Parts: sequence; C-alpha cells; structure tokens
Amino acid sequence: MSSTLLRTSAVRSGLRVSAPKAARAGLAGTTFIRGKATLPDLAYDYGALEPAISGQIMELHHSKHHQTYVTSFNTFSEQIAEAAATSNIQQQIALQPLINFHGGGHVNHSLFWENLAPKSQGGGEPPKGELAGKINDAYGSLEKFQGEFNKALAGIQGSGWAWLVQDNVTKDVVIKTYANQDPVIGQFRPILGIDAWEHAYYLQYQNRKAEYFKAIWDVINWKAAEKRLA
Amino acid sequence: MWGTSISLFLLFSPLQVIASEQAQQPFDFGEMSAPNYSLPPLPYAYDALEPYISAQIMELHHGKHHQTYITNLNAALKTQTEAVHTSDITTQVSLQQGIRFNAGGHINHSLFWQNLSPASSPDAKTSAAPKLVQQIKATWGDEDKFREAFKASLLGIQGSGWGWLIRVQVGQESRLAIVTTKDQDPVVGKGEVPIFGVDMWEHAYYLQYLNGKAAYVENIWNVINWKTAEERFVGTQADAFKILKASM
Ligand SMILES: [Fe+2]
Ligand SMILES: [Fe+2]
Repeated sequence: MSSTLLRTSAVRSGLRVSAPKAARAGLAGTTFIRGKATLPDLAYDYGALEPAISGQIMELHHSKHHQTYVTSFNTFSEQIAEAAATSNIQQQIALQPLINFHGGGHVNHSLFWENLAPKSQGGGEPPKGELAGKINDAYGSLEKFQGEFNKALAGIQGSGWAWLVQDNVTKDVVIKTYANQDPVIGQFRPILGIDAWEHAYYLQYQNRKAEYFKAIWDVINWKAAEKRLA
Repeated sequence: MWGTSISLFLLFSPLQVIASEQAQQPFDFGEMSAPNYSLPPLPYAYDALEPYISAQIMELHHGKHHQTYITNLNAALKTQTEAVHTSDITTQVSLQQGIRFNAGGHINHSLFWQNLSPASSPDAKTSAAPKLVQQIKATWGDEDKFREAFKASLLGIQGSGWGWLIRVQVGQESRLAIVTTKDQDPVVGKGEVPIFGVDMWEHAYYLQYLNGKAAYVENIWNVINWKTAEERFVGTQADAFKILKASM
C-alpha cells in the first residue's frame, strides 16, 4: 500500500505498525517480523452523529464490522507472508482477493470515520479553499455536486462505496463508485467516501437509503477531506 | 451521445406523432406494450417464518425490496421497448446492466420466497425431498457435510450476493453444485436449474441478526422448503421459473 495514500494522522494511527513483534511462522526455523493492523479509535462518541447516523449503527459498524476487517486482514496477511516464505505462488495468488477485500474494508472504514464529524466539531460545514474551487469547477456548486454524489450512491448495484477522488496526474476531482471493499488506489487518491453497504444505514433507514444519503451531508467533515488533497 | 439525445427527444415529443401522421404511418404509442411484472404474493404470512426470520424483515424484504426491483425492471423494459421501436441502439445497450440487475432481483426473490416454508410445515423437513437428499448424500457424503459446504460458500461472499444449490447438466450427467452469485446475478445458465437459494444481502437478516450472519445461515435450515426443492430437482428449468410467468 502506498504510504502517500493515507495522509492524515488518525488514519495512519489506525493502520500503523504497532511495536513490531516477532511472530512464529508455520514453517520450522522461519520467523517473520510483522506489524498488525489495529482498529483506530473514533474522534467522537458513537452517538455524536445523531440524528444523521444512530449511535447503534456507529457502534456496530466500528466495533464489529470494521473490527472484523482488521482481524481478517491480519489473519490473511500472516498467511500470505507464510506463503511467500515458502515460495508458494498459487497460495499467494489465492489469498490476494481476501487481502483486497479485508484490507480494503480496513482502509475504507478508517478513511470514512475521519471524514465524518459531529455538527459541534464542524460536521456539515461546507468545504473551503482549493477543494471548494475544484468541486465548483467540476460540478458547478456544492449542491449540484451533492446531487451527483447521491445519484452515484443510489446507483450502486449491491454493496460498495462512492468516493470523491483526485486524479494523481491531472489533480482534478471526480466522483467514482467502487464495488464491495475495493479501495481507492492507483491513479486516484481518496478525498471523501460514503459507505453504501446496507449495514451502514439499515437499522435506522431500512430500505429508504435515499434518506440516509441526504442526511449524511450534515455530518461530513470537509476539513478532513481538504487535508487529503494533493 | 448526440444521437441518443436526439432519439430520446423525438421519442417523447408530440412532433414525432405529427410527423408520422403526415407520412400516413400513424405511430401508436399505445401498442408498444412492454411486459409488466407484478409482485408475486408470498405463499405464507409475513410472520410465518418466525422466529428464524422476523416478520419485520419479511415485510420490508417482500413489500419494499422485491417491489423496487419489479418497479425498476418494468420501467427499464418500457424504455427498452420504446428504444427498440425507434431503433435507438445506444439506449438499448445502456439499459442492459439495469435490466440484468433488476430482473435478477425479481427472479431471485421470486424463487427465494417459494423455497422457504414455515418451520412447522412437513415441507420444511428433508423427508419431503427423498430423491434430492439421496443425490446430496451421493455428492457430499452426508447432509451435514453438505450444510457445512453450503455455509462456507455463503459466508465467503464478499459483498452482496446469493448462495444456491443448483442442478447442472454436465454431458450425460446431472450433478448438484453449490454456487454463489454476486449482487443480483441470477442462475440462468444453460443446463442450470436453481433448487434453492439463500439471500446474503444484509437486508435479508440485518434487522434481526445484525453483523451475526453466521447465525442467520445456521437458522435458515429450519425454513428451507424441501418439497419445492424436490420439485425443482426433478423438474425442468422452465418448471423452476414458472412463478415468474404467473406474476406477469
Ligand atoms: Fe461499512
Ligand atoms: Fe433480498
């Protein structure tokens, strides 16, 4: 993973390599030194995003769903390291979709918690400066941008995410959707993401997902998004 | 792109009708009838699958989610019919993915309701499917091994999707297989007959099981309709999909 992808300190702390500890590999005589991914703390209470997102959703989403991605990513990372150590190429390839899914789930949620904030901490305050300019250039206004973003969210067929991303070459920003837990990597860097999995809203909004997409803008942390611009 | 917008403009413009009349080829929009699907009624009450699937889940799942697939499918088919009449091929192609998704949603859910049964019914016992169970045992060794394999497949789905037990024709042989499909992709391949499916979208269990999808997968065995499964196993592909014809 590119270290430039995750620029903000809280996200980095979530993905950071904790004090490296030696882990005994399955193969006799081989020892791997590796760090484990850990669940990042939220910068606000579970209930702090109400009424846009209920405390119950936030607690399950962070402490159960995100934790499962972290745990599974660590498990499969360990397995892929073992497969690499034993030059088992087939096994390394077989594990790659699991690394993508669980690693993506960890990265996406870490970025998501950061780009949310309670209203009392600036949630919903419109973007300023360079990011506001890029959004206006591309979409005309913040309202039009939000309309397009919500259309993208509503158009996801299955589980996935919508992101405002920045093209690493042209520096333009654009809305893109990603299936399941596919992370924003390669040509694009993540600026702002919204989770469109049903677990992100179902307990509060059930099938009325358009209401969730509308409400979440009240707790978007545009300051965090601004910091991610290259 | 320009061609598409021109076609759509003509399609919805009264000028098109006038122009056609002048050409003495009246273009009757009323005759362009696309198929119109409707929500098949559940073969049991919303609370009939309690305590394994709550009435609240069933009501939302059937009355809202399934209905939305049908509504979107009908709208897309209507637009497609119009695009066929106006030889608007770009619109026709652009509709394909939405039709696949929403038709898949309609097909999958229609099959799903039929392959569930109240736990108290004799249909929910494997004894209702003697031929199918015989082949399950021949394929997986015993029922428990089959259930373990089915569960592992279901829990391995990354994102939204379905798990199915299918019958598939391989050469001369008719085999059983467990397959998973993403999002609303339906099991409609040549020689494939869906026997029963389990919806692994979060909306299928979340209100009751939250993040505990393994418990949902365990519990659903209590409400599988083995009688329907047996009928699909011994029948043809067309038999399995007869519910769709009935809901048009
Ligand atoms: Fe999520
Ligand atoms: Fe469903």
